[in-house]
Amino acid sequence: MSGVYLVRHWLLAPAELQRPSFSAAPVLANPAAAAACRRYVDRDLNRAFTSTFLNSRPTPDDPYEVMRARELNQLLGPKASGRAFDFVLDLHNTTANMGTCLIAGSSHDVFALHLCRHLQLQYPELSCQVFLYQRSGEESYNLDSVAKNGLALELGPQPQGVLRADIFSRMRALVATVLDFIELFNQGTAFPAFELEAYRPVGVVDFPRTEAGNLAGTVHPQLQDQDFQPLQPGDPIFQMFSGEDLLYEGESMVYPVFINEAAYYEKGVAFVQTEKLTFSVPAMPALTPAPSPAS
Amino acid sequence: MTSCHIAEEPIKKVAIFGGTHGNELTGVFLVKHWLKNGAEIQRTGLEVKPFITNPRAVKKCTRYIDCDLNRIFDLENLGKKMSEDLPYEVRRAQEINHLFGPKNSEDSYDIIFDLHNTTSNMGCTLILEDSRNNFLIQMFHYIKTSLAPLPCYVYLIEHPSLKYATTRSIAKYPVGIEVGPQPQGVLRADILDQMRKMIKHALDFIHHFNEGKEFPSCAIEVYKIMEKVDYPRNENGEIAAIIHPNLQRQDLYVAHAALELLGSSNSPTSASPSAGIADMSHCTWLKQTLITYVNHENLKGSLFSLRWSLPLSPRLECSGMISAHCSLHLPGSSNSRPQSPE
Repeated sequence: MSGVYLVRHWLLAPAELQRPSFSAAPVLANPAAAAACRRYVDRDLNRAFTSTFLNSRPTPDDPYEVMRARELNQLLGPKASGRAFDFVLDLHNTTANMGTCLIAGSSHDVFALHLCRHLQLQYPELSCQVFLYQRSGEESYNLDSVAKNGLALELGPQPQGVLRADIFSRMRALVATVLDFIELFNQGTAFPAFELEAYRPVGVVDFPRTEAGNLAGTVHPQLQDQDFQPLQPGDPIFQMFSGEDLLYEGESMVYPVFINEAAYYEKGVAFVQTEKLTFSVPAMPALTPAPSPAS
Repeated sequence: MTSCHIAEEPIKKVAIFGGTHGNELTGVFLVKHWLKNGAEIQRTGLEVKPFITNPRAVKKCTRYIDCDLNRIFDLENLGKKMSEDLPYEVRRAQEINHLFGPKNSEDSYDIIFDLHNTTSNMGCTLILEDSRNNFLIQMFHYIKTSLAPLPCYVYLIEHPSLKYATTRSIAKYPVGIEVGPQPQGVLRADILDQMRKMIKHALDFIHHFNEGKEFPSCAIEVYKIMEKVDYPRNENGEIAAIIHPNLQRQDLYVAHAALELLGSSNSPTSASPSAGIADMSHCTWLKQTLITYVNHENLKGSLFSLRWSLPLSPRLECSGMISAHCSLHLPGSSNSRPQSPE
């Protein structure tokens, strides 16, 4: 809800999104779902930005979100073309206890990673964690991949359909700082190289289920709300309705995220296993000003 | 002396409803578990039937399909001529009334427990519909005592216009069980454990009562519904303000709330008049203002509401504490009146 309400507010009062060198355009990505207060109408919009969906021939039976993805691709892209928007920021909430999570594609997204670093330095009290969602060799599928650079803000925990003032204010402040960073970049600031710690998915774990596919247990109390905390083999991860604990049987320590996210029950995901990595992000040199017209 | 309503016979037929709202998962999963393995809810001499009330909403993991099942068990809806044009939940309400009612008849179930979750920070809450129901007051007192030190609140929805026709109201003794905070569509182990314990203590109480145990007169503190407060809205009906951070998570605490309008770019503590703070200071005369259901449910329409509750002033007929004026026991049980032979 935070993103929906921020965008609806900015559509009426866009001054907050203006900076000297640019203005950000607010877009309600899935208006039909927002109007119905649902995650999606036919299918998850944030998985619909692959070339298969974007480039296939439209038919009248296409799911609403596939049609909408093509519209957004026209508006903000086309994906991977020179005409695409320079940057898209996608605003999300999660029911999981992920605090302030910054989601970029991969370690190659230099601009987005410098932006993450800037947010971490501006808000040390928030402990912003960086999550790199793209698996190597996998095509990007989410909305902000349509632009030349993109980032998602994922704030939680917040129930679906509920608007919390603390999370709303935090998201609003983060967006303002994102725009300030872009302004700094446009004004010719150079950003030095740095070391970044980030989390990258290595797998997912589903809930224990009955033969019929229904839940047979819940996330264990010791795992609940422990996003980004280390999980060792042998730690309890599920509590069965019949009382016993199921233990983590992975081979090595992982950092679970999206623990008990409501929207992931249908995807068969109780939590996402990630590895923590540290790597160097190269410097981003100052923009060179465009040559002035010959006098 | 006012006459007391004493339960005259043992309790025989009990039902436990889950999925009245299809995305409040604790009740859904407890009931599904008990349908497969009901050992935990059996007590000698008692029939305890777990039941999913809104299966289509449960399947879609949504609150309801056409309308809120927990608002339509009034006699008008229950008496409508059955037809395919009726909303799904009205047709379902009539089926449920046929299985567990009919409402207001001798054949209806003795007790129905209706399991709910809320996104608001209400902890363990028992919902009472009638402040003169001594049997349920005693049951709630027993549950609260058994759960201590875990707090368990009693929310009284007795009110001339705000009381609503609940699914459980077809029983002689309707009991609402509301545990939160839990997001819709999420199942938390801690919340599951709390609800499970509430049911266990409730069934133990019934068993003790049926065995003839006497429960001395008692009193419990309740939070009685006074008023619903909607969000400020714009001309399109969309909400124009959010629950203030000072109020969020403050269910059942003393609070004087202010609502911050969405257009404000200042912090909530700013004194700027243009910040648009809606001041609720007219509430300051209330000595103790207790708020329940903060920020609950869907953003659609008027379901967004605060319910303010006020403990009643300490006059005998409307005390913030309500009492079971008589001790509770089954007539003819061996523990009662030991001096008179049957």
